[in-house]
Amino acid sequence: MGGVGEERRSLPPTSNDPVGLNAYLILAALVFSVGLAGVLTRRNAIGILLGIELMLNAVNINLAAFSRFGGDLTGVVFALFTIAITVAEMGVGLALVIAIFRARRTVEADRLDLLKG
Amino acid sequence: MTLAVAAFWAVAAVLLASSLAVILTPNLFHSVLFLALALAATACVFLMLESPLLFGVQLLLYGLGAVVFAVFAIMLTERLVGQRITQASRWIVNGLIVGAGVAAAVLGFLAGRPAPPAAAPPADAVAGVARALTGPFALPFELLAVLLVAALLGAVYFARAEE
Repeated sequence: MGGVGEERRSLPPTSNDPVGLNAYLILAALVFSVGLAGVLTRRNAIGILLGIELMLNAVNINLAAFSRFGGDLTGVVFALFTIAITVAEMGVGLALVIAIFRARRTVEADRLDLLKG
Repeated sequence: MTLAVAAFWAVAAVLLASSLAVILTPNLFHSVLFLALALAATACVFLMLESPLLFGVQLLLYGLGAVVFAVFAIMLTERLVGQRITQASRWIVNGLIVGAGVAAAVLGFLAGRPAPPAAAPPADAVAGVARALTGPFALPFELLAVLLVAALLGAVYFARAEE
């Protein structure tokens, strides 16, 4: 199964892009790292979910950038899938947070140690 | 041409600053508002990548849907506990070290490689995506619908009122 924009690859490369692929990749890498640091440092489970959202957001920038500079629409399709899956994950994750809060009266990740041996 | 470059770096600065604010503000509610700003800035990045479809989807699903989710969760847990959740982070230095290490690794990887020649942007992106979703990606698209229904049922099940 070829790429979605396969037939357009034969066109001569036109570089009407003012910024370039690497700038987008650098931006996405920085945002991903910020999100990772947030996941590692946040105490609150909701804060951790927000950090995960930042990381997935950075991945979407990469997908869209590769799609744009590769001339292939598959990246946009994957970014759409990622966005939909992330929103579903946020819904279930926050419902879990609310359920945990009802049971334990806290959403502090350090104190959710029921499975600790 | 230079205007486009300046716009990109302005949006990138907003995106990075709001991302840092998301993970560093002590108040979780402010954190969600900064996340909304970061998601809107990402939507602008999609616009610069000539993908207006992703721009719209990002604003509608992420920027509105996910942020409303998070605000609801904060309001619910805050109301039940009766006091505002101020969230100090812990191990900030360790987290920043790991984040900076990952960033340095990726940037080092990128630095050694020249950018490939840019292809022409896809001509009719929206029609192409529609054709892809009904053609080669039809099965994952349908599975996504199943996943969304399952997530909806799961969320309702977890968050139901106890009898």
